Amino acid sequence: MAKDAALRADDVSIVLCGQAGMGIQTVEGILTRMLKLAGYNVFATKEYMSRVRGGNNSTQIRVSSRPVSAFANRIDLLIPLNKGAVQHLQKRISQETIVLAETEVVGDEAVSGRFRFVEAPFTKIATDIGNKVYSNVVAVGMLAGLLGMELSNVCDYVKQFFSTKTADIVQKNVQAAEAGFRLAEDLARREKISIDISYGANVKDQILLSGSEAVALGAIAGGCNFVSAYPMSPSTSVLVFLAKHAKDFGIIAEQAEDEIAAMNMVIGAWYAGARAMVTTSGGGFALMTEGLSLAGMLEMPVVIHLGQRPGPATGLPTRTEQADLELALYAGHGEFPRIIFAPGKIEDAFYLTQKAFNLADKYQVPVFILTDQYFLDSYYNIHPFDLSDMKVEKCFIKTQKDYKRYELTDNGVSPRGIPGFGKGLVVVDSDEHDTQGHITEDLDLRVAMVDKRLKKAESIKNEIIPPELVGPDDYKTLIVCWGSTYNVVSEAVRDLSRGDVSLLCFNQVYPLHGKTADYLKKADKTIIIESNATSQFGKLIKLYTGIEVDEKILKYSGLSFTVEEITESLRSILD
Amino acid sequence: MDAQVFDIGDTDVAWCPGCGNFSILKILQRALAELQIGPTSLVLVSGIGQAAKIPHYFRTNIFNGLHGRALPAATAIKAADPALTVIAESGDGDMYGEGGNHFIHTIRRNPDITNIVHNNMVYGLTKGQASPTSQVGFKTPVQVGGVFLEAFNPLAVAIALDAGFVARAFSDDVEQTKEILKKALKHKGYSLVDIFQPCVSFNKLNTHQWFKENCYYLGDSYDPSDRNQAFKRATETRKLPLGVFYVNSKRKSFEENIGMQDKPPLYERDLDTKQLSALIEKFKSEN
Repeated sequence: MAKDAALRADDVSIVLCGQAGMGIQTVEGILTRMLKLAGYNVFATKEYMSRVRGGNNSTQIRVSSRPVSAFANRIDLLIPLNKGAVQHLQKRISQETIVLAETEVVGDEAVSGRFRFVEAPFTKIATDIGNKVYSNVVAVGMLAGLLGMELSNVCDYVKQFFSTKTADIVQKNVQAAEAGFRLAEDLARREKISIDISYGANVKDQILLSGSEAVALGAIAGGCNFVSAYPMSPSTSVLVFLAKHAKDFGIIAEQAEDEIAAMNMVIGAWYAGARAMVTTSGGGFALMTEGLSLAGMLEMPVVIHLGQRPGPATGLPTRTEQADLELALYAGHGEFPRIIFAPGKIEDAFYLTQKAFNLADKYQVPVFILTDQYFLDSYYNIHPFDLSDMKVEKCFIKTQKDYKRYELTDNGVSPRGIPGFGKGLVVVDSDEHDTQGHITEDLDLRVAMVDKRLKKAESIKNEIIPPELVGPDDYKTLIVCWGSTYNVVSEAVRDLSRGDVSLLCFNQVYPLHGKTADYLKKADKTIIIESNATSQFGKLIKLYTGIEVDEKILKYSGLSFTVEEITESLRSILD
Repeated sequence: MDAQVFDIGDTDVAWCPGCGNFSILKILQRALAELQIGPTSLVLVSGIGQAAKIPHYFRTNIFNGLHGRALPAATAIKAADPALTVIAESGDGDMYGEGGNHFIHTIRRNPDITNIVHNNMVYGLTKGQASPTSQVGFKTPVQVGGVFLEAFNPLAVAIALDAGFVARAFSDDVEQTKEILKKALKHKGYSLVDIFQPCVSFNKLNTHQWFKENCYYLGDSYDPSDRNQAFKRATETRKLPLGVFYVNSKRKSFEENIGMQDKPPLYERDLDTKQLSALIEKFKSEN
């Protein structure tokens, strides 16, 4: 991608940057789908400000000959849509960055030498077609052309994308795409921009899915038929998706007056036989913790999607962080078991959310899906999900006349009845209760009930998802990561290409898998990577294995790690 | 049906002798029996407090949840299985104080549940502090100079929110209270029955005698469909009216709005895997 030679010409990072409302998402939406349909591997992620208009938001689109799934720092092609864009991204712009823009958008910076400016008169071309609104599609056409797409594919997709509009608007947009495409041909020749990306294997048959879509689809696959939430970035997208498909899948999707109501609704719904979830972020979940404790006492299943963002308090509403692990871990007064998943790959979010419903029902415990803004807002092409072995495992029973909700059993799990299903009565109480479910202050019974609730953890241990080891078994250095950093760290470790370094990724962060200590002990050096300031997972590992991880790579600026950052940090530790 | 179907048998009741709760318990059991609503198809949802213990003295399905949170749970239970009769019952502190936000929004949402509030104008379980409905000037160990907050008027708030059924009763009046409860239970949509109830231990101001002297019934000529009139009567303070203040049967219930009305319960629903496959398939080309 450099002036003369093709630097990583088979893996291009495109960044679009402009104010909220300028159409970045339109360009991104058309381009990524178009590329994926044509058979290219694509990845996209965005960083944006907490405002509806103005500011500076950017989207990265990576197109590659290899599957690509991680945020990269480098920018090969930058399309700034407003004057602040270059300034906003200055730390990521290098001399190899090609800035394609109208001269007035870049201003004096054009001749600064800090990047390679190539004039691309999107607005002029659009105005010639009839209206400057077409400038975004001109940019789409140009990028598609530079990336080596075929013009017919571009036009076909643009037609499809605007198919609900009038024939004239469709025609104008096709014209705009064609004009952009021709501009690309001209620029490629004149400016010697050479990109050579090959189609990925089977990409055409793959699906392009975001983290939030994967969580929501996983919920549907888990038999979710009730969701209640209070809107809060970045978790709202899951509620929106489920509401959109509520009718088709028989889901009740209710926006509650607050998170307290949402959580109590979800607990009430499970009591009456629904499969229910909440979706929220840290501040909202803080309000749900009283309800979480109720679920612990009632032994009611609940599924909690907690999309993290930086705190404390309102923090950075639209940014990312992994700093609510300890919140999820310790939330709720009193002692009761819980399960915490933290998907690393998009497909993990689907399978884990599906599993969360079954495990919640089976053990009558809260199950968390811990994601974050970066994970929820990122997407890339993946294999379609295999639904063949997937079952909605309903664990409730038809009650008999003498039914006791909290019967003491060997594994602590009492068969769960539902009111109105069977001859028995279902009695649940937030007070300490007897086997029937009625309030008690029999202190011997109290001890028996605490033991019963905690005993469930023994069975849960047998179902912990083992961490995934990426790299050789005979590693000298072991890198540990959890949740959303999976793809970024994997790519960084791959780029390091050292035979003695392996990566251990946790999709389930609590309870911790029993083999964790063995993995860590085998390494001469251990390094943990987390998007928080205090290494919350490192502390968890120490607590349960007694092992202190040697080195920590932590980021808490509100932006995701980039591949290059991890690679550099690892090199400085390892070299 | 005999009200004895709800008898829990010998149990250690936590209420004080002479408490209005005993009367409300009996009246509610009789109202349910007369409406042929039996224990297995009924769910009593409550929060925390002395009134909120009522489900424990009732042989039925019970969900005794958190302080102030009975209404969201009750809403979801009814939505998940509309065939159940769902009653959310607690005291004034629970429903109007801790649960005040849920009170407002449950009325807006309009689930087909009956909300019974034991209103004794004082906190019993925590021993005598002011409640949202305590009268101005009421002295307590905390409000030592007397309550200066304006009393919460649940009826006026409910009418302002166009609640479908708004009534007030008095626990000493067995027959009248029973009839009001029956009407509330039969109402389709949210119904509020605020029941005056003397607290013999902590409220020496609003006693059995005080309620007898300060309450009167809305007469036969009273028209509960007139919202403005209802609001006017709900804001009377010199003497406190009892009876059904307001009825609006035109509002659609929550279950109707979400398409659950007369539908089988959610636990009978199964995932349509084919439809899910089709939705996932769409991500190959659209979205």
